[in-house]
Amino acid sequence: MSPYRALAAAHRLESDLVTLCSGCLNVLRRTNRRVASDLELGEKLRAAVELDYRGERRVRHLLEVLRDDVTWAEVRAQVARPLTGLKVAAYYGCLLLRPEREMEFDDPESPSILHDLLRALGAEPVSYPLQADCCGAFVSLRDDRFEAAGRVLKSAAAAGADLVVTSCPSCNYNLDRARTGLPVVYFTQLLAIALGLDGHFGEGMSDPRPLLRARSLLSEVS
Amino acid sequence: MPRIGAFICHCGLNIAATVDVERVAARARAIPGVVHAETYKYFCSQPGQEKIAEAIRSSRLDGVVVAACSPSMHEATFREAAALAGLNPYLVQIANIREQCSWVHSDRETATVKAAALVAAMVAKVRRDQPLEPIRLPVNPRALVIGGGVAGMQAAWDIAEAGHAVVVVEREPNLGGRMAQLSETFPTLDCASCILTPRTAEVARHPRIELLTWSEVREVSGYVGNFSVKIARRPAFVDWDRCIGCMLCQDKCPAPAPIAFEHGMGMGKAIGVSFPQAVPNRPVIRREYCRRFQGRKCQVCAKVCPVGAVDFEQAESCREEKVGAIVVATGFDVMPAAHFGEYGYGEYPDVIDSLAFERLNSSSGPTGGVIRRPSDGRIPREVVFIQCAGSRDPDRGKPYCSKICCMYTAKHAFLYRQKVPDGQAYVFYMDIRAGGKGYEEFVQRTVEQAGAMYLRGRVARVYPEDGRLLVEGVDTLAGTKVEVAADLVVLATAVLPREGARDLARTLKIAADEHGFYSEAHPKLRPVETMTRGIFLAGAAQAPRDIAETVAQASAAAAKALGLLTRGELAADPLVAEVDEARCSGCLVCRHVCPYQAIEPRELAARKVASVNPGLCQGCGACAAICRSGAMGLHGFSDKQVLAEVGAICL
Repeated sequence: MSPYRALAAAHRLESDLVTLCSGCLNVLRRTNRRVASDLELGEKLRAAVELDYRGERRVRHLLEVLRDDVTWAEVRAQVARPLTGLKVAAYYGCLLLRPEREMEFDDPESPSILHDLLRALGAEPVSYPLQADCCGAFVSLRDDRFEAAGRVLKSAAAAGADLVVTSCPSCNYNLDRARTGLPVVYFTQLLAIALGLDGHFGEGMSDPRPLLRARSLLSEVS
Repeated sequence: MPRIGAFICHCGLNIAATVDVERVAARARAIPGVVHAETYKYFCSQPGQEKIAEAIRSSRLDGVVVAACSPSMHEATFREAAALAGLNPYLVQIANIREQCSWVHSDRETATVKAAALVAAMVAKVRRDQPLEPIRLPVNPRALVIGGGVAGMQAAWDIAEAGHAVVVVEREPNLGGRMAQLSETFPTLDCASCILTPRTAEVARHPRIELLTWSEVREVSGYVGNFSVKIARRPAFVDWDRCIGCMLCQDKCPAPAPIAFEHGMGMGKAIGVSFPQAVPNRPVIRREYCRRFQGRKCQVCAKVCPVGAVDFEQAESCREEKVGAIVVATGFDVMPAAHFGEYGYGEYPDVIDSLAFERLNSSSGPTGGVIRRPSDGRIPREVVFIQCAGSRDPDRGKPYCSKICCMYTAKHAFLYRQKVPDGQAYVFYMDIRAGGKGYEEFVQRTVEQAGAMYLRGRVARVYPEDGRLLVEGVDTLAGTKVEVAADLVVLATAVLPREGARDLARTLKIAADEHGFYSEAHPKLRPVETMTRGIFLAGAAQAPRDIAETVAQASAAAAKALGLLTRGELAADPLVAEVDEARCSGCLVCRHVCPYQAIEPRELAARKVASVNPGLCQGCGACAAICRSGAMGLHGFSDKQVLAEVGAICL
């Protein structure tokens, strides 16, 4: 019901809905599909929420906006601090890609959208076996257990990554709390730095800036 | 005045419950020319047929109308009964008052009126019927077998042994097909080549079998008993008549080539045979790997050949064969690597498919029969077999069961344990389908004697970790997640029709299902025939099947082909189109609408006319409908007859 409410609100603004979280994308996009295809469900939701919405709007992840509207070429052109030589493990997680037929996002076995972003930023994307595995955030938020997150990060480190980049705040929070020594950042943070901005790094969260400074990648932008 | 008999069938209550059959008979009696009308419970029964025959004799009938079920049910029955009583069988017409009347109506009054009208229409038609004689078609006694694997060889052998000449066309340079690639066979563990090699030799030296290997069927024309087949032979760049099979060329050739026979597990040479027991024992040059063809100086093979058989200028050659029957035995492929991203197949060298495992296991294979993993040649201590890779997976693979995988995987696990006594085999499976003589017992042996660990569940993913392959799956019986660190992973990939199977189906004008397997004429009663008369199916080209079933089916196809070839001539239905040459203007519009390519122009003294080949014509009537000068007639369905039928219904 709440994803329906969000979709209907976007529709009232005559706007598509953009999210920067894989989990939200998963719920919103799948709800949107069902509202459009399941007439009975649509009827029930309209009656309960009292907003008229029939799946007219698109639900998009910010990564898709970058890829399709901005284009990688434009991102590349705007980069002020190329992240040359930085080995970045792209972490896709589970909800961004699956179920494949409902999400229609990327190839769930070998996804490429984060890889393409990283290339546009001048970094070197690193593939590793667990890049599309679940990080276990649903468990760790309750029980403080980080086995799943630890396995993902171990796999990324074994592939030679300097840094892990995520596409979902929940994954980011969870992986970061596993504290394996491998910095974990959200893709917009890395994007900001590459574009010449300062980037915002909250207290207690991974801060890649010392690493970037050590690699002489954090030069002053005029 | 004609003397017509009308026979109204009750079909138990199928017709009689809805149609007043006595009233229909009475109405029929009132039609001029009808001298006999009766009803009976089942005219198709022996006494029923006897009643019709008796009426033909006693009332001296010259036309019969049977009002009963669809002509596709019993037309042939009643025609035969009439013929036995001395009436030309084509003077029998069926009025369908069951499927087209009693079964689809409920009102007795209107159904009875309709049934009477249908009978009147057929009476009007039969009055204008001409006696016809079946068309006699000659049958060429030779057969063509497409495919030189175990299926094709069996069919060719059976046909040749019965005294008929056979041409075998094989795409590869040598006979043997898939079976030649195998190590042992289940459930007896006979060595595959020990069984196959003698059969291959027998086929090769049979006086009535002609082998055309390294060749493909390009065009097929004609019809049952009279096919004409164009066969292209690719250039081998070696004169096989001169070649003595010493294989010095192969020994000395400096260019390695990944030959299809080794399935990615080993290399051959740019010139040579696929395997030592190859028949015919004659080499081919694989252009794409030959240094000479890559524009470099080489020609080592030509220099070492003691008989000067190497011929770099050899070109493709074409020949035409006339045959009476065709057996299609083109076999199977396995699903390619691109389908299995989650298993890393194609990405990690130690994830292989079962056909590759056969090569590793084969004593004449690249490792001499020692099971070594491809990446570093180590003997694997833990091997994971994954069944149903691409099979029974409607979403991402094929919905069907590939049928042979349960058994060959059990065989692989068994043989692996024999060769690596301290090794452990794991088999992930969905169900074990071991239906067959001695099959279930063999699977039990694999579990009990070879200690293979069978885990019911699917594998989610395979990825490398610490130099091994981590296999993540579930055991759905225990309800737990399973992780196995393996040295080698073997995928039982789905069985597919051979590449090019659909193109061949088009060439032969036979049907294939949505997966590309050839369609049989009837799944139960005509399993080796196609809907195209004279073309038969054998082996895995029709559906996944094992060697025993393939050989049985190949013999069945041979028996069906022989049933045709031994006859000398065929009787075909005379209900075909015929041209009235006096009226034909030679425009040949009919030729364009004919779906069977049965119409050809024919030159008369001063002009050309259309001419129908009765062997190809199926009597669809498209030509008769399109003909502007009314010259094209269809026997049994003349314009006069059809108009008379319509008139009888309307009046």
